[in-house]
Amino acid sequence: MTSLDRTAKSFLLSELLSGMALTFKTMFKPKHTINYPYEKGPLSPRFRGEHALRRYPNGEERCIACKLCEAVCPAQAITIEAEPRADGSRRTTRYDIDMTKCIYCGYCQEACPVDAIVEGPNFEFATETREELFYNKDKLLANGERWEAEIASNLELDAPYR
Amino acid sequence: MATITVKINGEEHEVEQGMTVLQACEKAGVEVPRFCYHERLSIAGNCRMCLVEVKPGPPKPAASCALPVAPNQEIFTDTEMVHKARNGVMEFLLINHPLDCPICDQGGECDLQDQAMAYGRSGSRYDENKRAVKDKYMGPLINTIMTRCIHCTRCVRFVAEVAGVEEIGLLNRGENAEISSLEKAVDSELSANVIDLCPVGALTSKPYAFEARPWELKKTESIDVMDAVGSNIRIDTRGNEVMRVLPRLNEDVNEEWISDKSRYACDGLRRQRLDRPYVRGEDGKLKPASWPDAMTAIAKAASGLKGTEIAAISGDQACAESVYSLKKLMTALGSPNTDCRQDGAKLDSGVRAGYLFNTTIAGIEQADALLIVGANLRWEAPIINARIRKRWLHGNLKVASVGPAVQTTYDVDQLGAGPETLKELADGKHAFAEVLKNAERPMLIVGPGAVAREDGAAVLAAAKKIADMCGLIKDDWNGFNVLHTAAGRVGALDLGFTPEEGGADVAGIVADAKGGKIKLVYLLGADEMDLTAVKESGAFVVYQGHHGDAGAHAADVILPGAAYTEKNGTFVNTEGRVQLARRANFPPGEAKDDWAILRALSETLGKPLPWIDFDGLRQSMRGEFPHLARIDDAEAATWADFGAAGPMDSAPFQSPIENFYMTDPISRASETMAECTQVFVLDRQEKGTGTNG
Repeated sequence: MTSLDRTAKSFLLSELLSGMALTFKTMFKPKHTINYPYEKGPLSPRFRGEHALRRYPNGEERCIACKLCEAVCPAQAITIEAEPRADGSRRTTRYDIDMTKCIYCGYCQEACPVDAIVEGPNFEFATETREELFYNKDKLLANGERWEAEIASNLELDAPYR
Repeated sequence: MATITVKINGEEHEVEQGMTVLQACEKAGVEVPRFCYHERLSIAGNCRMCLVEVKPGPPKPAASCALPVAPNQEIFTDTEMVHKARNGVMEFLLINHPLDCPICDQGGECDLQDQAMAYGRSGSRYDENKRAVKDKYMGPLINTIMTRCIHCTRCVRFVAEVAGVEEIGLLNRGENAEISSLEKAVDSELSANVIDLCPVGALTSKPYAFEARPWELKKTESIDVMDAVGSNIRIDTRGNEVMRVLPRLNEDVNEEWISDKSRYACDGLRRQRLDRPYVRGEDGKLKPASWPDAMTAIAKAASGLKGTEIAAISGDQACAESVYSLKKLMTALGSPNTDCRQDGAKLDSGVRAGYLFNTTIAGIEQADALLIVGANLRWEAPIINARIRKRWLHGNLKVASVGPAVQTTYDVDQLGAGPETLKELADGKHAFAEVLKNAERPMLIVGPGAVAREDGAAVLAAAKKIADMCGLIKDDWNGFNVLHTAAGRVGALDLGFTPEEGGADVAGIVADAKGGKIKLVYLLGADEMDLTAVKESGAFVVYQGHHGDAGAHAADVILPGAAYTEKNGTFVNTEGRVQLARRANFPPGEAKDDWAILRALSETLGKPLPWIDFDGLRQSMRGEFPHLARIDDAEAATWADFGAAGPMDSAPFQSPIENFYMTDPISRASETMAECTQVFVLDRQEKGTGTNG
């Protein structure tokens, strides 16, 4: 009986037809794929992407060289050096993140007492050379300026849960 | 001392009578938090953090640091009352303490931070404005952020009691209380110890400001070489850079203090360094060279020279291993001209008791009469000076001085300025000789200013005569002390790095080099002698050292060596205590370990030294000088005859140190020490002392 059934199915192409039917049905459903890079999927406010160093609205850099991020970093990707600035305040003279070491755990932004180092929403920072992934303070501050609006709104959205 | 029994948290403990409750708890291993209490300072009882419950007694918590133990006392440190008391005190302390731990240099090693975690509340109930206090100026070493101060007054007590300069005080009362030095730099060689004492971040280190966090630093326990006390230090390094130097506890040597020079000269290790060999070219200018070239240049200069035409002088910071290597090399070359006494001190390496601080530093605390001959202890050995002050504060110590009239931190009877007074004392004609005779444990300190003169041997003999005559030498007491200022000196004397039979001493080497009798002079870090004369003499000069200082300028070949933080080495302090310095970082550039340079040079000169590694060298040295293997031990030396009686010059004794802050190549290269020199030495010379009309 089973062998007869199977033979009949295979001669009548029923499996092929049911497959074609599914394809035909799906043609009229909304699409799941997006047209990256022209379209992008939604990101959580907690998304941990490329790092940035932020400034206060008056332009003063937030980072005070407390080195807590450096201490907490499990991949030891952060290197900081500090000294008193001309006005006597505590500032970094060097803030490097080795993005090839970073594991994007987000501990640095958790540790930061002044919300200076943050992981922003940017994930498109692939480079052609390895060296370009050794970020220095200028690069991080530039990131901060570029992404400030998004970062600030993300922080605000996440604030109630902290 | 009689012991009594007290109950601590229900357990019975035997403690000494006269102890405080806090000390008893500490002895029993029960932790009591505290801020103002410090075992080496007087008791203030003003932070209230050490509150415990005591029965019998009033039904309220008692400050354990100021409460003596009593028989059958019951002490509780773990009751509801104690917890509430600590919690409350902590809350009060934090009312005005800013929450600026992230920018505070004390962060990570802060008593307040730790104890707030352990005993404090999790949040604050205080909404009012915090008090803000203006920062004070306390000199080039101490940074102040006075808002953080919790008024424990440890700094005030330290400068008044240990440093003996009463320059910091507490002004006003209550909320207006402020610690201040009246905008004056704290003028003490020990001033920076207040930074370690401060339990919060109110007093921090100025040169080290914001440079590093305690958790990033690698800690190496080592020995200081800025003076001959051999203070125990901890060297904190990050990467290959020495970030700071801190004291390490050693009751026998430095307790827990170090001098400002020991602490802050470390920034000199980054400047003026010799990081590659140099050879003087045809045009008379030093040119960078490779190691083989430098070695060949020395071999060329040494070829055909007789042993007597070669001389070696070891410097003030040379470790015993390198001095031993150099001695062996000179012996192999047949040179009798070796000397370690750059200042020309007339000390004989034969009799150990004749060049040691025999009483030992801890022994000072038993002395009851002290004669200082030709020393400025505050500048030559601030740690020893602090010990004398500690003994003096206990009472019944008579101190007299023959030598320069200098500022001291205890009352000194100024007997005279020079050898004439010393002679009077030696002849028993002076009244102070009676004081020494009647004392139970009399002491005499001969400073470097007294022996580093032409008639040094006669001065030494006169001092010995006083020691013998006034009973300074007893079965269990040796009151005769020679004070050194060079960390490597006693080690070199122990190793016999003095002229052999027929050899020349430092003055002789300089004269012979001028006269053409000595054609090659090897300087092992020697920078403190008359080097222009050596340079002009025409002799071939080899300098092995770590800084481009006087020695390097005079040299024809420079071999870059390691500074004290960069090598393992044995140092013998002025007491004869053998201590090990350990490597904290590596020498810069092409510079090498001193022993390795000498080993390589011996190979080039065709007289290879019989070891191939550092352990072999150390073994050989310890085999020949067994006392150098007894680490941390100050072996007592047998009393024998030394010095040479003779006529003494009438010139007054003078301290060789003109500026405490710059005495060696490292401190001369240090920016911090330059600032201190400006503030404490040069400015003062210009302005006078303030009492000069």
